[in-house]
Order: sequence, then structure tokens, then C-alpha cells
Amino acid sequence: MTAGVAGLSVVDLREVALGFGDDCLVLSHRLAEWTTHAPELEEEMALANLALDLLGQARSLLTLAGEADGRDEDQLAYWRDDRDFRNLLLVEQPNGDFAVTMTRQLLFSTFQELLYRWMVTGTEPRLAAIAAKGVMEARYHVEHARLWVQRLGGGTEESHRRMCRALDLLWPYTEELFEPTESWSRAADQGAVPPLSSIEEPWRHSIESLLVDSGLEIPGFPAWQSGGRLGRHSEHLGHLLAEMQHLHRSHPNASW
Amino acid sequence: MGGPAEQPDFRSVSHAEDWPLWEVFIRGRRGLSHQHVGSLHAPDPELALQNARDLYTRRGEGVSIWVVRSTEVHASDPDDQGPLFDPPSDKAYRHPTFYTVPEDLQL
Amino acid sequence: MPPTNSDESRNLAFQQAIDADRTVEPRDWMPERYRSTMIRQIAQHAHSEIIGMQPEGNWITRAPSLRRKAILLAKVQDEAGHGLYLYAAAETLGVGRGELTELLITGRQKYSSIFNYPTQTWADVGAIGWLVDGAAITNQLALTKTSYGPYARAMVRICREESFHQRQGFELLSELSRGTVAQHEMAQDAVNRWWWPALMMFGPPDTESPNTAQSMAWKIKRVSNDELRQRFVDMTVPQAQALALDLPDPQLRWNEARGHYDFGPIDWEEFRQVVGGHGACNAQRIAVRRAADEDGAWVREAARAWEVRQNSRTSAA
Repeated sequence: MTAGVAGLSVVDLREVALGFGDDCLVLSHRLAEWTTHAPELEEEMALANLALDLLGQARSLLTLAGEADGRDEDQLAYWRDDRDFRNLLLVEQPNGDFAVTMTRQLLFSTFQELLYRWMVTGTEPRLAAIAAKGVMEARYHVEHARLWVQRLGGGTEESHRRMCRALDLLWPYTEELFEPTESWSRAADQGAVPPLSSIEEPWRHSIESLLVDSGLEIPGFPAWQSGGRLGRHSEHLGHLLAEMQHLHRSHPNASW
Repeated sequence: MGGPAEQPDFRSVSHAEDWPLWEVFIRGRRGLSHQHVGSLHAPDPELALQNARDLYTRRGEGVSIWVVRSTEVHASDPDDQGPLFDPPSDKAYRHPTFYTVPEDLQL
Repeated sequence: MPPTNSDESRNLAFQQAIDADRTVEPRDWMPERYRSTMIRQIAQHAHSEIIGMQPEGNWITRAPSLRRKAILLAKVQDEAGHGLYLYAAAETLGVGRGELTELLITGRQKYSSIFNYPTQTWADVGAIGWLVDGAAITNQLALTKTSYGPYARAMVRICREESFHQRQGFELLSELSRGTVAQHEMAQDAVNRWWWPALMMFGPPDTESPNTAQSMAWKIKRVSNDELRQRFVDMTVPQAQALALDLPDPQLRWNEARGHYDFGPIDWEEFRQVVGGHGACNAQRIAVRRAADEDGAWVREAARAWEVRQNSRTSAA
């Protein structure tokens, strides 16, 4: 196997970038589904900004992932099937109501910010460059999600109830955030990405303190869902991809 | 007759209370002071700041944002335009063009 | 109530200020009809931006490349922003945004009829950018000099931000037109469907536009419907040639004597049908807007309740 920069193999770099890139692409798609449905026009702007930031990150990461075998961002986005996507199950979960969307954002963006912050000084320069830009965006996404979780948790009886339901719905998918793939473990050994176990505690602390402040709590059951990083997805992803890919695939070899 | 039963059913959502209106001021990268750029609705100052960032700095227009509740802005009365703004017109000595200097000098 | 002397003199002073090209500002005295006309026009413009997000938004999740997806998402987001600027301009005249939303979803205020046509193919996104935004910009450039200050300033910002909208549409169609046979056909089909509705966007002919005279005198409107329409046609014909796409009008030809392009008659019956609620998507557009408004009510309410609680906590402490 060819050694990449800093001893990270091309295959491992590709897997890591693909996992991250797919997270961003799929979550960006979900956020874009909110277009014209946001609870207020100002929030329409915010959701579109989140979607655009994540789409930009996805493009950089997929471009990096495709370098090894000469595939560009569109070939990776449009010509892989469900089983080849490497994103977390959390990000493919449907939008539900605004409480579900903001909870999903909180759980993911908090994770992403911690990873990016670590990777800025990691040994893989291209990942570090993407992280340096991404960390600023992720920080804003976390901030936005935190403001809303606070307000929904402590707002009305209805919003509180919806927040509790959103947490129950999404909590099972948080286990997977901290399960390293073999590629990830090797990349972590090379110092390109953090060991996921080092992220878990700060993540949990950040989420828990916010929830307590918001009159909410971490659900009392363990998380159990996982498999996204290995291509084992929920039924939702197939529909998402069918919509995203159909036009591109209907015109093979066309350029847009 | 009358009474609630006759309310048309399309008023299912109350619009009685919009989120409060805020005025947004942005200082640009090279700007000397904050400039009024427009307004927006937000429930509280923190979200007002975030909304202002999303709405008014999409193209990298600013490095600093102020938001002020619109109800906190006190404006001069348009009918006072004379008394407020005319007096300086006879104080031409406040303007550099009032003074004559030799044409070939840079001053 | 009969007009008093002071009303008459205020009206006169108002008209003189307008004739002297001074802008009207929110706290200035203005005739009631000026105010209501302004509210109606700005609100209609704001509604058009917001409803206008739907036909293009229809393709965001299906955009055929990630680059196009990012462009389209940014463009539709801009439209939300532009609606927001315009609602804010209307609000300076004493109406609330919620009130205006209510008037929109109960059909008591209108939006541009163009958005009642469906976007069936990806090429429609290009046709909207090129033709619909092209027509809108022609109209909006004229409005940057409109007499009501907040409206004019919103227009300046909007025109500046929209300069990329038409270009991306042109570029999108250009790519399709020079692409595969199927792509070229898709582009031509979209232009065939959007050309005439785009011409209708400037409104009825001047001879049948009852509000024009007063709007011109008040400098709300600075250029007439027909003149704007002609400007748009003259600008667009050479662009169509550059795109290698035909405009679906056999009577379209250069008139040397007039120094303009002549074009065929517009089907105003179709226009009236669509304005009257019988377009393909009228009901759908309003239903989507209403659903967003209703589904968002608990969120808006929660944020208000939270703020009230924060305030009472702060003042209790």
C-alpha cells in the first residue's frame, strides 16, 4: 500500500475523507429540504447558510477522497449507491419538526467542531486545511443549534415536549459517532485525526450542560444504532440518494 | 349573533405578535464606523445577532455587528428639518472650501 | 370628510417635494393613497420574492452537480433575504410582517403571476434565471429611483445582490445548449415555456393600466410597463442568439425605423386567467407558504415565551 503524507495510506485517507465528506453532503441535503418551510424568514436564511457551509465542506472532502483513484466530487456524490456511502446514520435521519432538526444539528455539529479543532494541528496537511476553514463554520452551527435548543427546551410546554421527543428519537444514533473504523484508527495512530475516545467526553459534557440549562436531560437509555461508516444505512438514505442522483444519472457523460 | 363561532377559520395561526423588530448596524472591513444596513425580526438579542450575520453579511460585508431594538431608536421629527439642519448653512467657515489658498500649493 | 385647506397645502408640498426628486421618508406626511399604494406594491414585491423561492427550490435537492447545487441554494437564499428587506420596507409604513403574510395566504394580496408556472425540468432553473430574473432586474433597476426612500434603498441592495442571478441562469442554459442533444432540447423547451410569461411580468399594456398615471406622478413608478417590456426584449434577443436558442415568436424582428425589436401579440387572456387564480400552481404555492407559517407557529411562540421568561428572571434577580 502506498504511503501518503505523514505515513497515512492513500486508502485510509480516502476512507476518512469520504466518511466526513458524506456526513457533510447528506446533512446539507437534509437542511436544504427545509427551503421554503422554515418557521420564520430569518431562520430560512440560517438554515440555508448551514446547508451551504456543509456543502462547501463536502466538496473539499470528496475532492480529496477522489484524488487517489481520479474521481471528482460529482462522480463520488452521484455515482455511488447507498451501500458505498460512509456517512453517520444520524445525519441521514429525516428532518422531522424543527426540534428534531436542531437536535440533530447540535449532536452532529458539536462532534464536528471538536474533530475539526483537533485536526487543524493534525499531521495530514490537506485535512488540516479543510478543518481550519470548517472549524469556524462548525462553531457557528453549534452556536445556532445551542440557542435554539435552549429556547425550545425552555419555551412553551409544547416546544419542551417536542424537544424531549427529538432527543429520544435521535439519541440512539449517537453511539456511532465514537466508533472508529479500522481506517480511522490507523489515521489516528498517524496523528492525522484524533482518537475518537478523546472526543467523547468533551462532546458529552458540552451536550449535557446545555440540556441541563435548557430544562432537558440526556435520555436514560444507551445508544445502539451504528453501521453507517461501514455502509449499513437506514431505509431513509436510499430515498435521499434517489432524489439527489436521478437527474445526473439520467444523462451519463453530460456536463452541467 | 357574532362571537367566536363566526371567526373565519383561516386565522388558525396568530399573527398578532411578530417577533420584535431590530435595526442592524454593520462595520465593514474598511469601514470607519457602524452603518445602518436594514432591519430584521428576532425574539431576543442573541438570535438578532445571528440573524443579522446570516442576512447582512452573506458576502463578507462586515466584521462587527450591532443590533438595536427598533423601539429604542429615537428619531428627529421630519417637521423639525428646518431648525435642526438649516442653521449650519450660514457657517460656511466650517467647510474647507471657505478658505482661499494659493492654487499651486497642496494644502 | 371634505379636504381641508391644510390637506390641500400638504398635498401640494408633497407633490413639490417629489417633483424636486426628494425621497419620501417613513415619518414624513404623505397622502393616504400614496401610503396604501406603497404598502400594496412593496408587499406584493416581497410576496413575489418569497413565493418565487418555490419554483427554483423545487430543484435544489436534485441539482445535477454539486457546483450547481451550491449556486442554486445561494440564489434561493438570496430571495428569502430580498423578501425580508422588502417586508422591512413595508413595515416602515406601519404594517406588520405577520399581517402581510396573512394577507398573502388568504389571497387578499397578490404576488407575481410568473411563479404560478411549474418548473418541470432542470432547464427551467436556467430559464428563470435568464428570463424571469432578467425581466425582474429591468423592472427593479427602474425602482432604485422610486420616491419612497426605504423601498428605493432596498432595491439598491437587491439589484447589487441579484447581479449574479441572471448570469448564472444564462451560464446554466449555455451549458445545456452546447451540451448533448437531450440537454439542448431541454433548454429550448424551457425557453419556449417561459418566454411569454416573462413578457407578461411587466404588467398590462400602458393603455390598460389604470394606476400608471398617478404612480408616475408620484414617481413610485418611473418607467411605463410597455417601455420596460421593450427594453427587456431589446436586451434579450442578442442574448438568445449567443445561447443558440430560439425565442418562440415568429413576429420577432428588428425594426430599423423604431430602433427596437418588434414582437408578436401577448396573450392577455392567459395572463388574466393566471392572475385570477387559474394558473397551474396558484393553490400549491399558497398551500406551501401557509403550511410553513402554520408549522412554524409553535417555534416562534416558544422563542417569544423563552424571552419573556428570561426578562422576568433578570428583573426578579
